[in-house]
Amino acid sequence: MLRHIISILIENESGALSRVAGLFSARGYNIESLTVAPTEDPSLSRMTILTSGSDEVLEQITKQLNKLVDVVKVVDLSEAAHVERELMLIKVRATGKDREEMKRMADIFRGRIIDVTESTYVIELTGASSKL
Amino acid sequence: MMISGAEIVIRCLQEEKVDCVFGYPGGSVLHIYDALFKQDQVKHILVRHEQAAVHAADAYSRSSQRVGVALVTSGPGVTNTVTGIATAYMDSIPMVVLTGQVPSFYIGQDAFQECDTVGITRPCVKHNFLVKDVKDLAVTIKKAFHIASTGRPGPVVVDIPKDITAQMCEFDYPKTIQMRSYNPVVKGHLGQIKKAVQILQEAKRPVIYTGGGVILSDAAEQLTKLAHKLNFPVTNTLMGLGGYPATDKQFIGMLGMHGTFEANNAMHFADVILAIGARFDDRVIGNPEHFGEEKRRVIHIDIDPSSISKRVKVDVPIVGNVPDVLEEIIKLMDGGFKTDPEVANWWKQIDEWRGRDSLRYKQSEHIMPQFVMEKLYEVTGGNAFITSDVGQHQMFAAQYYKFDKPRRWINSGGLGTMGVGLPYGMGVLMANPDAQVACVTGEGSIQMCIQELSTCKQYGFPIKIINLNNGMLGMVRQWQEMFYSKRYSQSYVTSLPDFVKLAEAYGHVGMKIEKPEDVEPALRKAFTEHKDDLVFMDFIIDPGANVFPMVAAGKGLTEMILAEDL
Repeated sequence: MLRHIISILIENESGALSRVAGLFSARGYNIESLTVAPTEDPSLSRMTILTSGSDEVLEQITKQLNKLVDVVKVVDLSEAAHVERELMLIKVRATGKDREEMKRMADIFRGRIIDVTESTYVIELTGASSKL
Repeated sequence: MMISGAEIVIRCLQEEKVDCVFGYPGGSVLHIYDALFKQDQVKHILVRHEQAAVHAADAYSRSSQRVGVALVTSGPGVTNTVTGIATAYMDSIPMVVLTGQVPSFYIGQDAFQECDTVGITRPCVKHNFLVKDVKDLAVTIKKAFHIASTGRPGPVVVDIPKDITAQMCEFDYPKTIQMRSYNPVVKGHLGQIKKAVQILQEAKRPVIYTGGGVILSDAAEQLTKLAHKLNFPVTNTLMGLGGYPATDKQFIGMLGMHGTFEANNAMHFADVILAIGARFDDRVIGNPEHFGEEKRRVIHIDIDPSSISKRVKVDVPIVGNVPDVLEEIIKLMDGGFKTDPEVANWWKQIDEWRGRDSLRYKQSEHIMPQFVMEKLYEVTGGNAFITSDVGQHQMFAAQYYKFDKPRRWINSGGLGTMGVGLPYGMGVLMANPDAQVACVTGEGSIQMCIQELSTCKQYGFPIKIINLNNGMLGMVRQWQEMFYSKRYSQSYVTSLPDFVKLAEAYGHVGMKIEKPEDVEPALRKAFTEHKDDLVFMDFIIDPGANVFPMVAAGKGLTEMILAEDL
């Protein structure tokens, strides 16, 4: 079971997400994570799906996605050299002596504190998923 | 000139040369029905249940090279069509279903007769649309016909809110359409085709295995030409019957769960399989592990890349339009192609398998269903369109009626929908008005769309209903007999209607046939004296008749149960 990141360019129509999500559930494929947003051309959306499966399953996933009438392009990013980053925004309670410790931890892992209240921090972290 | 959305719908149908629609009116489509009333180019067939409208449109497509159209109202109108749409989807039948929707400003408010049509039909359509602006209406319908009929065909739903059909707009129907996201491949890869030709030359135990794709792409002529040039054995799937003439000596019968002994053995032991427009489904190859035990090379021609290497690993995939690819192969063969001399021994082996005569059956004092099919074939001269329902009778028709021409065998292969037979007959007759049509059915299936006897009366559809009546859900009973120690759970049908009286109540001709010697005279009478009538022929058949050969679910293709084993 290998992990694959599939990037889909799809017509930005209502229901586009349900076509893709429905295909995965109807055919028993996994979705571990999924993001969707319009591209610089607002008539198109980019979907990035993290999935897993054998080579045969991945071949079918790609073929079935290509078969969807609204799909313009499907690329398995894991097939070539690529960079993976995850972004985490985390809100933590930061009071008393923990408040100072929290700040130090954020610095060590190159996290940035982007919002502060009397009792909380919001920390922004980026990196590979294993680090996060 | 500005015309209403409803008029645009009708104008689009006229532009697409649609001569009839099957439908049922209701609140959300009243504007469209009003526009339909004001013209006479597009005929409307009023069914008695929306499911039948979609089945009829489906059969219209199956029996012609045109796209069938159904028109229904929102809510229950739509939900009633779902079985019909799924049936067409599983068999890749091009079809356009126009559905009414509540006014766009009511959508999402649980309005009267509202349902999420696009959501409900999404998993069983090739594509669907909700029209949100009258300006998009014509182009959306154009897209629907384009998508339905190109690539691997399939049903397309266009959902049209009522307010859109009232709004006024200029009508401009595009001649052609370009979609950046939809460009099906048509031409096969030449390098792959060359590889295929090479493998065909090396084949010692070849078999040509063809499916519904040959019928849908109108490739029967090319297939016959190629098969004759190769002199290889040909087997068809249930959906592929008629793609190759069944009376030809190279035809070894249908394969699969109820395929012939020779076809299943040839498929299993072949060293080269040329698969054309077929998809190696579970009813065809049985247990895939068992099938995988033999080493062989597979060439697979299909318009849909996702059908290739889905269940069986393919060595030479050729994605393209079947007739074009076959033409290419034939062209390449003209350059000094020679088949392997070993093929002669393979034919000897096949003839030995043929000698088992696996479709032989014993006559009894009752009417045997196989006998009815043989007589039906004789009486119609093999020229009828045969629609069937789903069950034992379907298999008997597939095994004993020899189809020499494509688009004559009309049945639900993929979804296996009981009740399709009668509405299928209606669709066939709208596409082929002078055809002989027989609906082979059983007392279980026929009751699932029996209300269409009324539609048949209204439009004078002279369908000959061949009801193989054993008082049981035969295929269910067969499995219970063989695999559930004869515990016949709910497979008896009691309190059956008197079908003769029922047919007469609808204004048709009814006949009850109980003795084997009456079978042929009754059929002759139905097809001559009652040529223009719908005749409901209730054949009381041997209740113990089973379909053989049989590959039980989960078994391998060569592990057949033959009638002679019992």
